[in-house]
Amino acid sequence: MSRAGADEKPAISPLHDPRWRSAVYQVLLCAVIVFLVYSAVDNAAQNLQRARIASGFDFWHRTAGFDISQTLIDYSTVSTYGRAFWVGLLNTLLVAGLGIIIATIIGFIVGIARLSKNALVSRLAGGYVEVIRNLPLLLQLLFWYNAVLKALPELSDSLVLPGGAFLNNRGLFLPQPVAGAGFSVVPLMFVIGLAGALLFRVWAKRRQERTGLQAPILLATFLLVIGLPLAAFLLSGVPIEFGYPEKGRFNIRGGIEILPEFMALLFGLSIYTAAFIAEVVRAGILAVSHGQTEAAYSLGLRPGQTLRRVVIPQAMRVIVPPLTNQYLNLTKNSSLAVAIGYPDLVQIFAGTVLNQTGQAVEVIAITMAVYLTISLVTSLLMNWYNARIALVER
Amino acid sequence: MKRGILTFGLAIAIASAAFSASAQTLNAIKQRGALNCGANGTLAGFGLPDAQGNWAGFDVDYCRAIAAAIFDDPTKVKFVPLSAKDRFTALQSGEVDVLARNTTWTISRDTSLGLNFTGTNYYDGQGFMVRKSLKLNSALELNDAAICVQQGTTTELNLADFFRANRMKLKTVTFATSTEAVKAYDAGRCDAYTTDASALYGERLRVANSNDHVVLPEIISKEPLGLAVRHGDDQWYDIVKWTHFVLLNAEELGVAKANVDAQMKSDNPEIKRLLGTEGKYGEALGLPNDFVVRIVKHVGNYGEIFERNLGQPTPLKIARGLNALWSKGGLQYAPPVR
Repeated sequence: MSRAGADEKPAISPLHDPRWRSAVYQVLLCAVIVFLVYSAVDNAAQNLQRARIASGFDFWHRTAGFDISQTLIDYSTVSTYGRAFWVGLLNTLLVAGLGIIIATIIGFIVGIARLSKNALVSRLAGGYVEVIRNLPLLLQLLFWYNAVLKALPELSDSLVLPGGAFLNNRGLFLPQPVAGAGFSVVPLMFVIGLAGALLFRVWAKRRQERTGLQAPILLATFLLVIGLPLAAFLLSGVPIEFGYPEKGRFNIRGGIEILPEFMALLFGLSIYTAAFIAEVVRAGILAVSHGQTEAAYSLGLRPGQTLRRVVIPQAMRVIVPPLTNQYLNLTKNSSLAVAIGYPDLVQIFAGTVLNQTGQAVEVIAITMAVYLTISLVTSLLMNWYNARIALVER
Repeated sequence: MKRGILTFGLAIAIASAAFSASAQTLNAIKQRGALNCGANGTLAGFGLPDAQGNWAGFDVDYCRAIAAAIFDDPTKVKFVPLSAKDRFTALQSGEVDVLARNTTWTISRDTSLGLNFTGTNYYDGQGFMVRKSLKLNSALELNDAAICVQQGTTTELNLADFFRANRMKLKTVTFATSTEAVKAYDAGRCDAYTTDASALYGERLRVANSNDHVVLPEIISKEPLGLAVRHGDDQWYDIVKWTHFVLLNAEELGVAKANVDAQMKSDNPEIKRLLGTEGKYGEALGLPNDFVVRIVKHVGNYGEIFERNLGQPTPLKIARGLNALWSKGGLQYAPPVR
């Protein structure tokens, strides 16, 4: 095996050639896996047929015949099982999406608070993290659901909130805003404001690079994005109406209805995941060496600027990968909804639809594929973000 | 390493192939020494373990009757508590030998789930429980009401049908188990709780203050409840089916727990055939000829099972109604033993 003999390769038998051997092993392994999967599927199909259990995906277009309490798209008892699937999927995405946003906000606040020099603040944040992440999530969901239900008043003594909203143990009922004539100018102004803000940013950045002068980017963005549409809204005579909820004999009709099951699930998931995110954030910030802060101070940056411009950008590189895990956990944990009656994908599809059609194999396969897809898409987005903020070596 | 993977794969393939060859349920039960029975677990009167873990109930006694027929010992039953949602999967996959869990017999369940229903051991219908303070007289006044219901039941579908047929608005709140559904109803989340009327009697005892709740008079569906077995084993299907029929025949012929020994000496040919002193009807099922004696001695006849679990001595106090024998104005009618 001396370097000198490298040009005249000795004729080794393929049996001893590591490259050839590993290729053969890989082909064999793939063949075995394909065979196993094929025989499992074939065997399942045969067994189902022998037991005369219905199989296939015909059920997708059959009438579902059951009711769902929260539907983001049109659904009635005469809709199909396929429609019920989409209702469940959207409900899952709604609670997972909102949960991720709320958990991130609470998590960052608590994580930073844990590092506060104020003993009370850091102890409180520490206590929150320790209590919440050490209790099982299912228990917390049941607690929130029963706590929410027990604490809220009956329909007949609903709390009337300012602005015509009702709160009782059937849910939170908000007035539904309906756009009046001339409202279209508001979104138009919003788009114009957004474009203006972006242009201002580019201009301010170029000017700073040229002259070193800073411009009030935050204030300008705020004025353009929020102020401009608001001014247009007020000047055009407040073109909006509200559909107010009204108390009926049994329930409140009209308006936007937010179910207690949804509130409990969103609350429980957000608070639980936020405890983990807080730890991720704290670890990320601690991972940035103190020398960075000192260097920033010695350059004359103020503490706020130091945190925003120096510490957080470097901490994000440590935070994002474990943060992705927490987002995935939250999405998957949303399937615990079944315990408190929130109609998510698992409750509707892997629950009622599976039971009514009896097609466990198909329904569970679809449900797993959906969760896999949601998780992979979340991972992809987070990986893309991670690559963007990664340290660029020069 | 490679060989390890192959062996593992083969083991899986063989194991999953063996699963389908379950035509011999009776032999498997005898070898195992116990009947695996899918039961309710949370429904007073039908299936509920007591504080000591002893199972009791109407459906539970059916499993005990089958065990008595096979082993002459009604305790040789392993009860598997199942939720409404999971019950069919448990039976299909072979986890239980028989499903005795107040299950409604419908065409879709009988045909496309790979099950066979073995008869109707309880004729039921769906009803509503509401708070007395609502002062309702009829389920037709429930327009726009919020209704708590258990998932994976015919109840869920009947409810939607009833409201659709009567052009009423409905807000369903669906829970995985009846325990959670009743708890939410009790907490005021819903105006009504709906399930089979027989179960409503039991569930009413579970709310905080039973006297504040009433069961509305309407019955909105037909719910023939029965035991179910897997497709593919006719012998086992016959055994479960005839366990129900002989319980009815025993009641009809006046054969009861207390007098079964005396009845063995009866001259009545029908009783003789039922108790196996004449003919070989038990052997044809793969059971001893005196299997009915075993059943009646250990659990009694249909009427005794009913009274003990659901009747006047119990807190449920359910009348026989549709479940009286055909000869007494009810629907329970069994083919003859001959």
